[in-house]
Amino acid sequence: MRQIRAEIGAVSKADGSAMFEMGNTKVIAAVYGPREVQNRSQISNHALVRCEYSMANFSTGDRMRKSKGDRRSTEISLVIRQTMEASILTHLLPRSQLLNLQIDIYVQVLQADGGTRSACINAATLALADAGIPMRDLVTSCSAGYLNSTNLNYVEDSAGGPDVTLGILPKLDKVTLLQPLSIFFQVLLSVIGRESGGVEAVIPLLPSKAMDSKLPIDILENVMQLAIEGCKAIANYIREILLENTKQLEYRRGV
Amino acid sequence: MRGIQLPLSKTQKVRLQKTLEQLESLSSKVNSDASVIIADSIPVNHEDGVLKGHGTADLNGEVVATLCGVVERVNKLVYVRALRSRYKPEVGDIVIGRVAEVAQKRWRLDINFNQDAVLMLSSMNMPDGVQRRRTALDELNMRCIFEENDVVCAEVRGFQHDGLHLQARSRKYGKLNRGQLLTVPPYLVKRQKQHFHHLEEFGVDLILGCNGFIWVGEHIEAKDDMVEDQVSQSDPQVLLHNSASLEEQEKNYTILDIRKYICRAANAVRVLSVLGFNITLEIIKGIIDLSLSMNLDIHEMLGSEFCVLVAEKEAERRSSNKKKR
Repeated sequence: MRQIRAEIGAVSKADGSAMFEMGNTKVIAAVYGPREVQNRSQISNHALVRCEYSMANFSTGDRMRKSKGDRRSTEISLVIRQTMEASILTHLLPRSQLLNLQIDIYVQVLQADGGTRSACINAATLALADAGIPMRDLVTSCSAGYLNSTNLNYVEDSAGGPDVTLGILPKLDKVTLLQPLSIFFQVLLSVIGRESGGVEAVIPLLPSKAMDSKLPIDILENVMQLAIEGCKAIANYIREILLENTKQLEYRRGV
Repeated sequence: MRGIQLPLSKTQKVRLQKTLEQLESLSSKVNSDASVIIADSIPVNHEDGVLKGHGTADLNGEVVATLCGVVERVNKLVYVRALRSRYKPEVGDIVIGRVAEVAQKRWRLDINFNQDAVLMLSSMNMPDGVQRRRTALDELNMRCIFEENDVVCAEVRGFQHDGLHLQARSRKYGKLNRGQLLTVPPYLVKRQKQHFHHLEEFGVDLILGCNGFIWVGEHIEAKDDMVEDQVSQSDPQVLLHNSASLEEQEKNYTILDIRKYICRAANAVRVLSVLGFNITLEIIKGIIDLSLSMNLDIHEMLGSEFCVLVAEKEAERRSSNKKKR
């Protein structure tokens, strides 16, 4: 497990914002809203959650110019959006024909060193909590790989070993994100979930992504176990930070 | 933890840390352990029966929080008061908004709520002070009253089928000019009897909007000019003329001293918002006096030294208040 660090309030103009670090990976997230839908054509019958993921040009070793809407960032935006949407109580936000609300989440990777997607999810959770948006539970995420360590860095990640990224709701003991996800995985999920730490798997939410490499079942179990432990450790840390923040805001304000 | 983002020297850091600890010790006795975060379970006595309010949910018979904030209990009702969130309007609140759109018979105002508020043409007093039916001409001349991006002060009237409605039926409401608009987190402004303040010694008006928008501007005498000549006033030509003369008035300069005081008061609010302290008239006045007594320039009020000093003063004030009780 790499060292984690989080800070609330990184963007002053946003309704909620946070910075999250996992080892050398550093991410900031900003949340705007709930606010009225700006694009009227997208009207739906529940509050809209939008997410934009971007990676700073200077975030990786080789300075590449990436176009804004490349496949990777679109995919990660979708992953983050769906993971957060599962936790946000969208039904509490008023909706009618005249009014539609949206919540915008912007995540920016400042330094990428593996596990950006989990770092982004953790940062987004913190930012949403800071913005005072009602949620079922905190979402925490962690990746684990067959180098027998959680939270892989870039070198470990690019070594080509199999790895999974897991997102859980720690209080409800539910899995909201598991990547990569193949049909084979879906079958296994419920079995493994129950055996390792009593985490109940809910319906897989995400489209499948091709597995990079093969992974035997017994090792998968270990890897999952590691990822769950990682998620729980991160959840504890995030809870501490949030509680400290809430207390501070309250006592600083005075009566 | 939301850090106070200031470039602090080592001694300043220690002083600030000490002050914050003092503030914590002052408040912790008042309500201890009432802070909750998302998915914390809230201890309740189920035998008495519980009403679950905002920010709570039911999970396997347990009451859990869905927000980060402070648990409040009123008889059977249990709810979580969120600290940092958008403004939640209540009827009668005094708010300040910025005109986002001029629409049919109404203005849409951005008031930091999750939707724009509506100010109907019919629910505000005309600038000429005449009570009458609003004609189609009035509707055409709406931009003479408020344009886009104007800052407007109004009162929350309530929810109607098409959103949140405001009203401005008094001289004290209406367009604000010659001053500064500041935005602070809404939880720092407490609802009080009085939100309009006149700092007489400085000639400055201060409006603490419940939505976290704060206006600091030159004092304007609320003049009660119900015009005698009603016939000519109802003529829209005159209305146009009237607004032209208003613009002439605008060209009148605000005296430099008053402008300085406006900046001073604005900076006092900024310091409070950086520190996350409650914003009230008393405290703002205290900070202005402190800066004047120290002979500080206006820009120096935003420096870290003054910030630490304000924090120390505030801690002193709160502890002395506590002793009095």
